[in-house]
Amino acid sequence: MKSIGIRALIVGVILVIGILCVIPTFVSTTLPGLSNVMPDKIHLGLDLQGGIHLVLEVDADKAVELRAERFVDEIKDALRSKKIGFTKVVKTGAWDIDVVLPSNEQLNEFNETLKSDFPSLKPATTETTPEGTIVLLTMDQKEVNDLRNNAVTQGLETIRNRIDQFGVSEPDIRPEHGDRILVQLPGIKNPQEAIELIGKMAVLEFKFVAQNVTAQEIQDNKMPPGVKLYPKRPSDRNTQETKIPLEEKTVLTGQHITDAKVEIGQRSFGEAQISLNFDSEGAKIFERLTGDNVGRNLAIVLDGIVYSDPVIKERIPNGRAVISGSFSDEEARAVAIALRTGRLPAPVKILEQRTVGPALGADSIRKGVLASAIGGLGIVLFMMIYYKFSGAIADLALVMNILLILALMALIRATLTLPGIAGIALTIGIAVDANVLIYERIREELRLGKTPRAAIDTGYQRATITIMDANVTSAIAALVLYGFGTGPVKGFAVTLFFGLAANMFTAIFVTRIIFDYLLTERRVKELSI
Amino acid sequence: MQLIKPDININFVGVRYKAFLLSGTIILLGLLTLFVRGGLRMGVDFAGGTLIQVKFDRPTNPDEIRNALQGTIKNAFIQQVGAKVDNEYLVRTDAIHEELGSLSNKIEDQLNKTYGPGQQVLRVEMVGPKVGHDLRQKALHAIFYAFLFIAVYISWRFEFKLSAGLIMLVVMGLGIYLLDALGLNAVYLIGGALVVTFVLCWYLKLPYALGALLSLVHDILITIGIFAFFNKEFSLEVFAALLTLSGYSLNDTIIVYDRIRENRNKDKKVKFSDMINGAINQTLSRTVLTSMTVFFVILCLFILGGSVIHDFSFAMLIGVVTGSYSSVFVASPILIAYEDLKKKKPAAVSKRAAVETNESKAARSTKKAKKQSPGQADVRKSARG
Repeated sequence: MKSIGIRALIVGVILVIGILCVIPTFVSTTLPGLSNVMPDKIHLGLDLQGGIHLVLEVDADKAVELRAERFVDEIKDALRSKKIGFTKVVKTGAWDIDVVLPSNEQLNEFNETLKSDFPSLKPATTETTPEGTIVLLTMDQKEVNDLRNNAVTQGLETIRNRIDQFGVSEPDIRPEHGDRILVQLPGIKNPQEAIELIGKMAVLEFKFVAQNVTAQEIQDNKMPPGVKLYPKRPSDRNTQETKIPLEEKTVLTGQHITDAKVEIGQRSFGEAQISLNFDSEGAKIFERLTGDNVGRNLAIVLDGIVYSDPVIKERIPNGRAVISGSFSDEEARAVAIALRTGRLPAPVKILEQRTVGPALGADSIRKGVLASAIGGLGIVLFMMIYYKFSGAIADLALVMNILLILALMALIRATLTLPGIAGIALTIGIAVDANVLIYERIREELRLGKTPRAAIDTGYQRATITIMDANVTSAIAALVLYGFGTGPVKGFAVTLFFGLAANMFTAIFVTRIIFDYLLTERRVKELSI
Repeated sequence: MQLIKPDININFVGVRYKAFLLSGTIILLGLLTLFVRGGLRMGVDFAGGTLIQVKFDRPTNPDEIRNALQGTIKNAFIQQVGAKVDNEYLVRTDAIHEELGSLSNKIEDQLNKTYGPGQQVLRVEMVGPKVGHDLRQKALHAIFYAFLFIAVYISWRFEFKLSAGLIMLVVMGLGIYLLDALGLNAVYLIGGALVVTFVLCWYLKLPYALGALLSLVHDILITIGIFAFFNKEFSLEVFAALLTLSGYSLNDTIIVYDRIRENRNKDKKVKFSDMINGAINQTLSRTVLTSMTVFFVILCLFILGGSVIHDFSFAMLIGVVTGSYSSVFVASPILIAYEDLKKKKPAAVSKRAAVETNESKAARSTKKAKKQSPGQADVRKSARG
């Protein structure tokens, strides 16, 4: 048997470390120099401080499809600029491209263009038909993989930027297995807005409104080649959505945007609008575009919806444009952030969303702590009444147990959740069980006529293995639960496991020291049990 | 102070057949309810769907809410939670919304239209079918692993046979690997694990492990059955409670078993069933006390802890009660039943058991080994309280 002094020292050191660990959680004053050594305050889970938990899935295939669509445009442009005749260029299947040339004559020139300008496209088959020569282009597998991976990493980066600009403290955004992204935004006040911002594709395109399309054609949905109908955003909530014919060719994209800001419009009575700044290349394109097309309508298309289609009155040389379109203030802000941070490479889908309002979070803490406190208090009183002084010793161990749970949580930066609080409450119940087992055994031994010394020795010795076995089975469950882990439940597993571990130490080791001290140093003849 | 007198002597063992009947009836009723209802009412975590908790600024009722939401969601399950004065309701629907501009927004708009502004959405949980499926599979695997590890630990500690525990681990591991390779559903995996475990316990002569694990299954089945009976939602938190129970419900069993083995070495002349009854009575005080303390704190959580952990606490309450009950009325009498079966008709038993385990080669080979050294399992030493 080790001396009481050494054992007391061990307990004392652990106690001091434990107290130091939990100080930051309860006292907000930071002592200079000490804050580097001490752990942070215990982190509260989303269910306690309110916030959003999102699991997103990036539609990586869509990124490849979108790339194929852009290839189609680029091929058309390249063929036009090189004056190579073609009948049509279309995307077929998921991301294959059919190029139809009038005859075999253009084939050589086309293949050369392909080699020099589009190295990642490979001609899979070439066949001559009465319609002309059809070349089926497939995308290089490496290119496909790169696009897929980029879609996730870029999507992650874009979402991170958007959240940063949106202003959330301590966001947690990280990739998960597959194409999934986990987003956790604690303490957020306006969850809906954040969710919409995260999911916005933010594909900005400028297209000309098609001329010479009659109202009848629009109604019949019969468009001339190169023209497509786009939905137009209604000017206010009561009017119906209309359709507007646009030339399919995109004349300018959001790629060239350097900044997007919310402004209050002068004309529309304080309505929010978004002003855009282009980079020098974009400004040049925009200047040429507006200069050449004075009098035409230029549509501003965001994520496939026409926001406005103002008439070009004059050439605009300064590289500035304005999107108006009856935005609410919040919406304008979200759109501006989305445009600033750039488009998402692929659409994202919400697989899982958990939002807890700050009111419920605070309520949960209050109720959880209250329930645990009353439960704990009841147990403390019960132990004192049932086991008298020995019960008080067990209560001391119980308090130390809770302290150690919190200290361990602060040390390893675990998250405290509402089920985690329940776990602590449960630990309170289980922790005194260990002392109940020991004390019942001691009482039994005393009844057999043993001396206090002998009764305590036997009691601890016999009960220890039982306590260990009982705790280990619970700990196994806690560990498996941790492995199963989703947020709040993981928090439960953590507190339960720490509680069980601390229990072995406080209920057996710590209380024993006190009894030994009483018996050896104070020479107590009768146990208060 | 003493709640239970030290010289208490209740004939628990004497009513064991009635207790078996009671347990059997409750479990059967539970299974029947499960069957009639077509399984547990799965929460959004496992089934997918949307759950919204709304706080109204004035009293209302589910029908009013349903009317207000007409056109937005169909087939909503609406239920009041928390204290009556809080006017808090849970709206649950199978619909999910994967795009932006979410369902909860629409619901809030719709409610504000009917009830006037100031209706608060406290919580939204939307789980897509993919995540729901993942969680279901993960949960079943978690149950399986918890059971596996506990079974191995119990067979090792209770019987002082590490070899038995290791054989168990290897056989279970192999069997599960095969079942998994066959692409079987995790439900069969768990069923398979149970059968393999019980058969192994029988063949390796591990009556304590058998009793402990049977009472564990007993507790879990009753808890699930009562959940089915009250048509309560089976959520992630409830699942956590079940898993915790699988560890905790053994506590009382361990206490009684330790005493049984202690007494067994003391006086060999006492009748086996009397010895077991004595052990139950001697430990009755601590069985009751330890359960009471845990029951009390969970009761506090159940009453005061708020709506989010209400069902969690409910499951734990049932589990703690059945856990104590089963340690007295299931786990201990099973030892007697085992002993009786072994004595009365050893030939018939081994024959029937052999049929049950045709698939398990390992079990058969260990049976041979055991036959060569009969009675070995009875000689054990214990230093426990």
